[in-house]
Formats: sequence, structure tokens, C-alpha cells
Amino acid sequence: MTDKPSLPIVENFSRRAAVKGGFATLGAAAFVAAVSPLRQAASDKSAAEFMQQHYTELSPEQKADVIARLEAETKQNYGAEVTIGDDRPIPGTKFVYAINLSVCNGNGNCVEACHKENNHDRSTNQSYIRVLEMPMGTMDMEQGTTTYTGAVPKDGKFYLPVQCQQCDEPPCVDVCPVKATWKEEDGIVVVDYNWCIGCRYCEAACPYHARRFNWKKPEVPAEEVNPDQSYLSNRIRPVGVVEKCTYCLHRTRRGKLPACLEACPTGARVFGNILDKDSNLRWILENKRVYILKEELGTKPAFFYYFD
Amino acid sequence: MSSITASADEKSHITSYPKFIGRSLWLATEGSFAFYAWMTMLTALFLVGANAWANQVAGGMIGTNMTDQVSWGLYIANFTFMVGLAAGGVMMVIPAYLYHDRKMHDVVIIGELLAIAAIVMCLMFVVADLGRPDRFWHMMPIIGKFNFPISMLTWDVIVLNGYLILNLHICGYLLYMRFLGRQPNPTWYIPFVMLSIVWAISIHTVTAFLYCGLGGRPFWNTALLAPRFLASAFVSGPAFIIVAMVLIKRLTGIGGLDQPIETLTKIIRVTILVNLLMVASELFTEFYTGGAHVSAAKYLFFGLHGKTALVPWTWTAIGLNVTAALLFLWPGLLRFRWRPLLVAACCMAFVGAWIEKGMGLIIPGFIPSTLHEIVEYVPSQLEWKVTVGIWAFGLMVFTIAIKTALPTLKQPAKH
Ligand code: SF4
Ligand code: SF4
Repeated sequence: MTDKPSLPIVENFSRRAAVKGGFATLGAAAFVAAVSPLRQAASDKSAAEFMQQHYTELSPEQKADVIARLEAETKQNYGAEVTIGDDRPIPGTKFVYAINLSVCNGNGNCVEACHKENNHDRSTNQSYIRVLEMPMGTMDMEQGTTTYTGAVPKDGKFYLPVQCQQCDEPPCVDVCPVKATWKEEDGIVVVDYNWCIGCRYCEAACPYHARRFNWKKPEVPAEEVNPDQSYLSNRIRPVGVVEKCTYCLHRTRRGKLPACLEACPTGARVFGNILDKDSNLRWILENKRVYILKEELGTKPAFFYYFD
Repeated sequence: MSSITASADEKSHITSYPKFIGRSLWLATEGSFAFYAWMTMLTALFLVGANAWANQVAGGMIGTNMTDQVSWGLYIANFTFMVGLAAGGVMMVIPAYLYHDRKMHDVVIIGELLAIAAIVMCLMFVVADLGRPDRFWHMMPIIGKFNFPISMLTWDVIVLNGYLILNLHICGYLLYMRFLGRQPNPTWYIPFVMLSIVWAISIHTVTAFLYCGLGGRPFWNTALLAPRFLASAFVSGPAFIIVAMVLIKRLTGIGGLDQPIETLTKIIRVTILVNLLMVASELFTEFYTGGAHVSAAKYLFFGLHGKTALVPWTWTAIGLNVTAALLFLWPGLLRFRWRPLLVAACCMAFVGAWIEKGMGLIIPGFIPSTLHEIVEYVPSQLEWKVTVGIWAFGLMVFTIAIKTALPTLKQPAKH
């Protein structure tokens, strides 16, 4: 080849190097300026938070530290005094929920109770429960609507509350690339909000629209914060992660009932331990006509619907 | 003696490889006024995108128009398309090495450089889509917690990064040998080139599996998704390379590109028809069968319950794809004086595939939602800025890569 060698023009070389260097410096400075909002974002997050390991890998001491930090942060960011527990599953328990569709009248009290109990963002009015108004005689959700208004119940309609079904074959768990979500021994599917990377793959995978993403930092006025919290449950979530219904594990693992059940005025909701032979719930599952949603998908819900 | 041949004193690769990279970068930033103007424009666009992204991280993803119903939007749409572009780059390799097309040997590196730029863009789009980019390290094997082999996303991380490394190796090796003034040793790159063919198919198949493995999303839950992805990738990749080669020829006067352009045109002629055939058979199954599965397709093509945000996108894509297909079928397209028409046809096929793989595939998967709510999605300005920024960065990478390879391209291979 007869190409000229590239570097012999020495006098040009240093001048060009200077010009290029100048441009590179300029570009780098412009880049730093462009991404400066990141500094603001970084100042909200502590190094301890960044380094924190997965929930299942924390030693008891580390867990205690993490929880103390989270409580302090809630005080600082929300002005609320809270206690965050680390409620673990009770051996020999498998929680199951059932709803009597003959009784549910679509009043939506459960939706509201969930919103308050779980410290959801006030401005987006988030809740883990959605109620569909459905025409009588069909289980086809395509015919339903979640945005109904007016007095309930309406003639010719029935109401189908949907929330996380705590699937036994949960697609949301399978797809998570970082194991930020998993199923616990008592059947509750949980999320480590401090491990989730916010890819929202689980949201795409869940067939029941049960997952919510924190598109912004949740806003809850200090006096409305529910102070009884748990690490894997209703503590105020960080921005940029997903969350979901946990069957109120901060209540149910302490022997109480879920908030949505307590709020329901019609008594349509039944909650209990399916391993307990004498439970009301067990009797219903054995004696009623029971349905599960989207059975054909093989998700094996721990959530049942029945008619009288 | 050629422009980037090393001085004779180099002994060890440990010192001479960095020297090669430095020299390449130096040369890649040499150029005409038009080149500097182009790079300046790309840098400016990139900075706009970087700033928009920084704001997104600071303020939360509320700045995007995504919702809990439509939880993936423009970013994942572009990601999907870029995977296709990366896989499509391999269409240079197949004729060159499987069919021993000598002319392709000289320019095969263009396809590999495109793959590198496209994968870099893929990774950037994924990061842009993360709610918590500060936790990216959770995704790394060993130090993070890697859900392998169950999560398809972890597979995707592996195959994409593997493909990136593979192509960096092939390109790096070939160019480095030129720099040293040596003949490349086939044992050091031919096996990798063959592997890259399989690998290219795997990256797009795995990406399709991300979607078609979700039982709750009937629009994606079709076995045809992976083959459809590949067919459209083998349109968009070659289309991009044809336009790039026409430009390279114009701007640098490098010869020997006409025959590769012809080969690629012939490839598109087939793949574009295969793609249309698959789209048609999918539509037939959807609409003739009817039932619950059809609502997303109905929404996409005709709108549902008065909501029609995607309809214009879809019909634009169909119009572009069909027109491009007709042009490619016309033998005269290869004639030299019809070059502008060939470029136009490539652009149409490219944009058509972009819409089809993006707004036409990802978004309707979420509409109606799993509870049959119809929540529409139109990307926000912030999302467009980030997207343009990433495209500008990708073009920057591609431009620099091509400039690095120019001395090699100028010289016909001797094997
Ligand atoms: S309902 Fe959705 S979020 Fe709940 S366990 Fe099943 S797949 Fe996961
Ligand atoms: S959003 Fe979080 S929980 Fe869901 S798949 Fe991604 S990392 Fe896992």
C-alpha cells in the first residue's frame, strides 16, 4: 500500500493533540453538567443502602442495623415514628384467602383499607386491590370494568375483587433476574424492596395485575403513616421498586386478620390457614362451589372465589 | 507500508495492543470538517439524552408515560429492535464464511462493528429502563444474586454480553493484525466467526423468549415470535449496512462495496417476504379464530372501545414494509443509477421494522391489561430525549468503529 504513514507531521501533531484535548475536556465538562441531577439522587441514598445485601443473606445483627436505619430514615423523610418488624412465617401455616362473590357488593371498602394500611402514595391513590364490575353470567374479565361509579350493587352485575393471588407457581418469581421476589413457607410472595432493581419484568409476567411500581417517591402525611410496619410488607417503599400485596403479613403473622377483611362490611372475605383442619376456610373450600381465576395459566393461586 | 502499521520495535502484545487502541482512537478522531460537525451534533444529542436520564433518575420514572398497566414502553421497544439489529449484522458473515463469498470477506467487519454498536445501545436502553440503576450490580453473577437459569432476563444478560465480547474479539483481532502488518491467523478468528453466527441467532431467540414465555400476555404468547424476530432482524440489519456502505463509498471512495451491496439486497429480498408471510399468518390465526386472544391485535390494528393510539403507528409500519418489499422485488433496484431508491427502500424497511418490533409489539402486549383495562401509552418527551441520546451515542460508536476499520477496508484482503 502506498498510504502515507499517519504520524510523521510532527509539528501538526502537538497542535492537533492540544485541540483534541481541548475538545475532550469540554465534552467531559458538558457531560458532568448534563448528569448533575444524579448528584441530587445520590445524596438521598446512603452508602449503607447501596452496599446492603439481599434480605435472605443478612445476619441477625445486620438485619437489626438495616431496620434501625430504615426507621431513622422514615423519621427523617416522613416525620413519622414507626417500628419495622421482621415477621417470619409461622411453621405449619399456609395462608389462603377466599371471597364470596354472592355477597360482595362492590362497595370498595377493601380497596381503601388496603391503601391506608399499606402506606400507599396518597397522590396516586394506589391500592393492591382492584374490583371489577361484571355482568351476571360470565367470568370473562373482558366484559368487566374497574372504573364503575354510582350506587352499588347494580342490577344484573356482580363484583370481582382481584389482588395478588399468592400463586403456588408464581410467574413473577420465575422471571425476576435478581431473586428480589420469592415465595415464603406460609405461601406469601414477598419483595425485598432494597434489592429490587426496578426492571418491572414481574409486572409484565403477573396475570392478575397484582404488582405496582413506585414511579415516584411515595407521599404520605406524617399523621397518616401506619406505624406498625414490617420489612417485607407495608414499610414505606423506596422510589423505583415494585411492591405487592403481602396478605398484610405484618398483621397476619402476628395473629390478626388482613386489613381488607376487617374493612369489608358484607362479610364476603374469609382468610385462614389451610393446614388447619377445623378452620372456617377449610370448610368453605370443601363444601362450596369454588373458582380460581385464569386457571388455564397454571399459576395455582392460593386465592379462591366461591358462590353460595 | 500502511497508515496504522506498528513500528518495528514492538515485542509484546501487552504493550502493543494498548498502543494499537490508542493509535486507532487517534486516527478515528481525525477527519474533515463535516466529520467534526457530525460528531459534534451527535455529542450534543447525547448530552441532551444524558441530562434527561439524570433527571429521570433524580425524579423517579414518573417522568415517563409508563404506568402499572403499560409497564414497559419506548425503552424496551428500542431494546428489542436493537437486539435485532445486532443479530442482523451477522448477515454479512453468513455469505462470507458459509458461502465463501470473497468480496464479502473484505467488508464483513462492517457487520460486526454494527453488532458492537447495537449491543452497547441495548445495554444502555436496559439501564435507562431500570427503576434503580444504582443497583445494577445486583444483576452481576457472583457479587449479585443471579436468578439463573430460571429467569429469561439473566439468559439475555449472558448472551448479549457474550455476543459483545465475541464481536470485540473478532474485530479487535483482525484490526490489530493489520496494525502489526501481519496476516490474521484463521485459527484465531474463524471459529469465533462461526460461533458468532449461532450466537446472533441465540441473542434474538432469547430476547423473544423474554416475551413469549409469559402466559398471562396472550399477544406475545405465540411460538412464532422468535422466528418473526429473526426474520425482521435479517431485514433491518442488512438494510442498515447497505445504507452505511453507500455512505462509506460516497465519503471515502472505498471500492469493492458494490458487490456486497448486491448480495445484501438479495438477502433482504427473501427475508422481507418471509417476514411479511409470518405477519400474515399470525394475523390470520388471531382474527379468523377470534376469541379473547384477539383483543390486543384488534387494539393494534383498529382500536378498541374508541381507543386508537397505536393504529397510526401500525398502518405506517405496514405501509412502509409493503412498499419496501415491492421495491426489493423489483430487479431494477440493483442498478447503479437507482442507488437513491435502494437507500430509500432500506430506510423504509428499517423504520418499518423499528415500529413493528417496538411500538407494534411491546406496547400492545400490555393493552388491554391483564384485568382488561385499556390504558393507553404515548411516550413522554423525556423518554424521547433519552432514546435520541442513546441512538446518538450508538451512532458515535459506529462512526468511530468504522473509522478505525477504514485502513483495513481500503486494502483488499490477501487470503
Ligand atoms: S398474583 Fe401476580 S404478583 Fe401475586 S404471586 Fe401471582 S404472579 Fe406473583
Ligand atoms: S422489578 Fe424487582 S421484583 Fe420485579 S422482576 Fe425486576 S427486580 Fe424482580
